[in-house]
Amino acid sequence: MKWILLSIVVTATALSDILQSHEMKRAGEQSVGARGLARLLKMIAVRRDLILSIVCLALSFFAFMALVQAEPLSFAVPASAASFILETALAKVVLKEKVGVRRGTGALLVLGGVMLLAR
Amino acid sequence: MTAARGTRFRTYSLLGLFVFLRPVGNLSLAWGTKHFPQELSLNPVVYLRAMVDPFVALGIAMLILSLLTRLALLSLADLSFVLPVTAIGYVLAALFGQMFLHEAVNAQQWMGTALIFMGTGLVGSTKQNTTPTGKGSA
Repeated sequence: MKWILLSIVVTATALSDILQSHEMKRAGEQSVGARGLARLLKMIAVRRDLILSIVCLALSFFAFMALVQAEPLSFAVPASAASFILETALAKVVLKEKVGVRRGTGALLVLGGVMLLAR
Repeated sequence: MTAARGTRFRTYSLLGLFVFLRPVGNLSLAWGTKHFPQELSLNPVVYLRAMVDPFVALGIAMLILSLLTRLALLSLADLSFVLPVTAIGYVLAALFGQMFLHEAVNAQQWMGTALIFMGTGLVGSTKQNTTPTGKGSA
């Protein structure tokens, strides 16, 4: 059961992040002051991609809640970072971000670290 | 302060806020669910009951705030920049697991922590945004 839950967390998180990044880049710079938070909440309510991203996030969240109850937090959190490599690849291919040597190497180091943390 | 430096400052302020909110929210959620008497299954009623537990509710509130902070962050920086840099939260999660939930953290995990720090530093030194951003308003 833990691997099924983990797969749901990883896939739903990756989808959610790609949608969020795409939509927020289109929206332009946002802040988290009182007005900024209200504006962000309003954006979530009206932008289709953000609504879809929240649905994916909710799915990931409930699967994570069940995972974190059954498994140690020090497994659940790092293991769910498997979405990391999938998301970096999608960021390059779908979002057309420039993932150069330094950023790519850093991302791989972080992934290695997360894998070591995950046991 | 130049526009670029101002944007960099706002980006790192949001990163700091997110890196604090996410692991603390996760810790509160883990604490609440681990002390919740029923097993979380596919039954939504059990989830709703768990969500009124104070620690679970606090965890959820902090995670919602962290989500909004991350949205603002993604309006300023690439996803491939935000992902590794915010991975420092995994280190905090392991530390909190050890400190508050008495989960063991071994030498291998400390090595993982060191790698995350190095990777985060490396990604943090790259340009935060490499794609066009909409006009919007701050």
